[in-house]
Amino acid sequence: MTLTDEEQKEVTKPVGLGVVGWLRWGWRTLTSMRTALILLFLFALASVPGSVFPQRNVDASLVARYYANDPVKAEWLDRFWLFDVFHSPWFAAIYLLLFLSLVGCVLPRTLAHLKEIRRKPPAAPRNLLRLPHHDEFTADLTIAEAAATLKKRRFRVETGPDWVAAEKGHLRETGNLVFHVALLVLLIAVGAGGLYGYKGNVLVVEGDGFANTVAAYDRYVPGASVSAESLEPFSFKLTDFQATYIGPGHEKVGQPLTFSATLSVKDAPGAAERVVDLRVNEPLDVNGTLTYLIGHGYAPVFKVTDGQGQVAYEGPVPCLTSNTSTYESECVIKVPDARPQQLAFLGRFLPSTLPVGEEWISVFPGAANPTVQVWPFAGDLGLDSGEPQSVYDLSAHKNLKPLGTMTVQPRPLAVGEALDLPGGAGKIEFTGVKEWISLQTTYDPGRMPALVASIAAVLGLVFSLTIRRRRVWVRMKDGRVTVGGLSRTEGSNFTDEFAEIVASLNPRSGVSDDR
Amino acid sequence: MTADTLATLSDQLILAAILLYLAAMVGYALELAFATRPAQVRELVASDGSTITETQEAEPVAWAMRAGRIAVGLTWVGWAANVTATLTRGLAVERWPWGNMYEFVVAMILAAVTVYLFMQLRYPVRFLGAFVSVIAAVGLGFSVRVLYTQAGPVVPALDSYWVAIHVTAAIAASGLFTVGGVAAALYLFRGSRGEGQSRLPALADLERIAHRVIVIGFPIWTFAVISGALWADKAWGRYWNWDPKEVWAFITWVAYAAYLHARATAGWKGKAALIVSLVAFGCLLFNLVGVNIFFGGLHSYADVN
Repeated sequence: MTLTDEEQKEVTKPVGLGVVGWLRWGWRTLTSMRTALILLFLFALASVPGSVFPQRNVDASLVARYYANDPVKAEWLDRFWLFDVFHSPWFAAIYLLLFLSLVGCVLPRTLAHLKEIRRKPPAAPRNLLRLPHHDEFTADLTIAEAAATLKKRRFRVETGPDWVAAEKGHLRETGNLVFHVALLVLLIAVGAGGLYGYKGNVLVVEGDGFANTVAAYDRYVPGASVSAESLEPFSFKLTDFQATYIGPGHEKVGQPLTFSATLSVKDAPGAAERVVDLRVNEPLDVNGTLTYLIGHGYAPVFKVTDGQGQVAYEGPVPCLTSNTSTYESECVIKVPDARPQQLAFLGRFLPSTLPVGEEWISVFPGAANPTVQVWPFAGDLGLDSGEPQSVYDLSAHKNLKPLGTMTVQPRPLAVGEALDLPGGAGKIEFTGVKEWISLQTTYDPGRMPALVASIAAVLGLVFSLTIRRRRVWVRMKDGRVTVGGLSRTEGSNFTDEFAEIVASLNPRSGVSDDR
Repeated sequence: MTADTLATLSDQLILAAILLYLAAMVGYALELAFATRPAQVRELVASDGSTITETQEAEPVAWAMRAGRIAVGLTWVGWAANVTATLTRGLAVERWPWGNMYEFVVAMILAAVTVYLFMQLRYPVRFLGAFVSVIAAVGLGFSVRVLYTQAGPVVPALDSYWVAIHVTAAIAASGLFTVGGVAAALYLFRGSRGEGQSRLPALADLERIAHRVIVIGFPIWTFAVISGALWADKAWGRYWNWDPKEVWAFITWVAYAAYLHARATAGWKGKAALIVSLVAFGCLLFNLVGVNIFFGGLHSYADVN
């Protein structure tokens, strides 16, 4: 979409003098088809690094790994926004220029098209037999009859004393313009969604609840114009989570089949509870705020008794899945309330345990035979030091000492079993297994406008690519009827349709036009 | 029939389709090579078989033309095997039979062959058969040797009615773009040799064939991208996140848009525009094969072992 060839020629001509001339030249160059083409190529090319390098908005942990592997190179890549390609100034520069070029083309063409639509079909040329499609026959045909026949074929018709002019196919350019305007609207909708929407991630263990507030999220990414008070005030409790997997005997044993989380949801404080079966592809919708099931894992339940005989911790511990085909998971248990020393544990959770020699592995993601291997530590967790810590990591704690001798493969605990800690430091009991789910909540007010714009774009595209503009003229003189036709869309085949039109005009052809 | 029998039948039918496409290719090639002494192209198309003049050259022409017709018949049989293979696979797994890369490539080849077969019913494009059947045989061979996955259910994210909408559109568009790619490649290969010097049709005809299929394919691809966004909105909580697959679907879209614009630009018509269309087709293929294998991301369900 841009200027026609004739306008194009003007662009390449030398330019007039003065600032205005140069500005006009700049505008014409920007809105020329050639520039649009180059910008389209640049747009495509500029997206490529976004698929080659890990992107922060897709998976920040991959970017972190890139930094760890090659800090110098990562530093340089980051200088050119190569980890944030789609939010980089140079990417924005390309699409803004492209859309400016688009506006500069769509505006004048819309005005021209509006004028064109209101115009009557042009009067018939003198000699219709010179047109690319033409025919003549002798018949007793009146102007009104010819006009009516063409009107039935949905032509716009204009009549003169001895001629009929007809035209159709304006929908082609209308579709073309709708398509390009829809792309502009789409860009605006995407931008607005980013500005006024938010997304948050949270991990919930079976039996626990969640209330939609900023503080409840593990990670919360608001748009620039979102206030914390505007969050939809719903809450829910995760009562159950079920996953099913392909059983043994198939090449893809262990592949997940279904995930289903049962939530009891309150749309607002005080509202009635409703039970929702949350599944992949079926998010929870509370007034346009959507909550998605995006991950799951295990949270074994532990009871830790300290050296003084007090229960220092009791509850589920969400573990990170280290192997997604067997759901072997790594757990960190921190027990700051333990006395006389604080306690911590590393655990390896095995949902379907199988002993292999002196080792234990998990062979299936379902919790068919859950066990956990435990490595105990004692000392100072340093939680008061103020330094940030991860709940999934023990490596930052330098003041922890292993309790007893560490082995690579300690004998795992089954549900109900306990490990007595050496030196009377207490004991840890593995009391049960729960599952956790990770959820993403998104609110994006740009979704619906973007959808409407997309639908308009597809419809406009279909019209602009399938509809042809054509003109037909009929002239009558002394019983001789001459018909001329002109296709205004290059490369289209008008011959068959023109023959049909001629036949329907000729009363003697035997073609009755029942449209 | 049990699921296992159906799955096995599907695998065997794919092998049959490969052989049939290869046999068809031989037929097409014979016709291309011997049916027309280049200078006589027009004469033969105009004559109706019955009016072939009894010159010396008429003899080889007739058998070669028959080879071409037999090739079309073989392609139809191969197509039927391809359709049945896809159907039986679908029945065996009780879902839409394009849930992994093996199934996708089989369906895409089916779409390309379908486009060719129905085109040759309406337009004189039998010469395309030689190249489409090669691509079909190689594509199916590649999917059997490299991409094959045992029939089975899909992961929960793919267990959605959106497969029927999004993936079907992507397959249909890919099939059309494949035929467009063949015509564009032939255009470049043929070069500007005159009417009598090449066994291929005139440049303008090749150009029109490429344009026609791409013009149909482009809105379908646009729809595939948009329905993909709708599905992503349902499954992942965002409709567009620049996942590698999304990036390359977008690049492919922009590249085909560039082709359509180039074709409407003075100085770009013909060769330059068709080179752009081939670049776009390259992006499509890279998105299909390269992205699944090199980049991973959320669309990495290729299931390639």
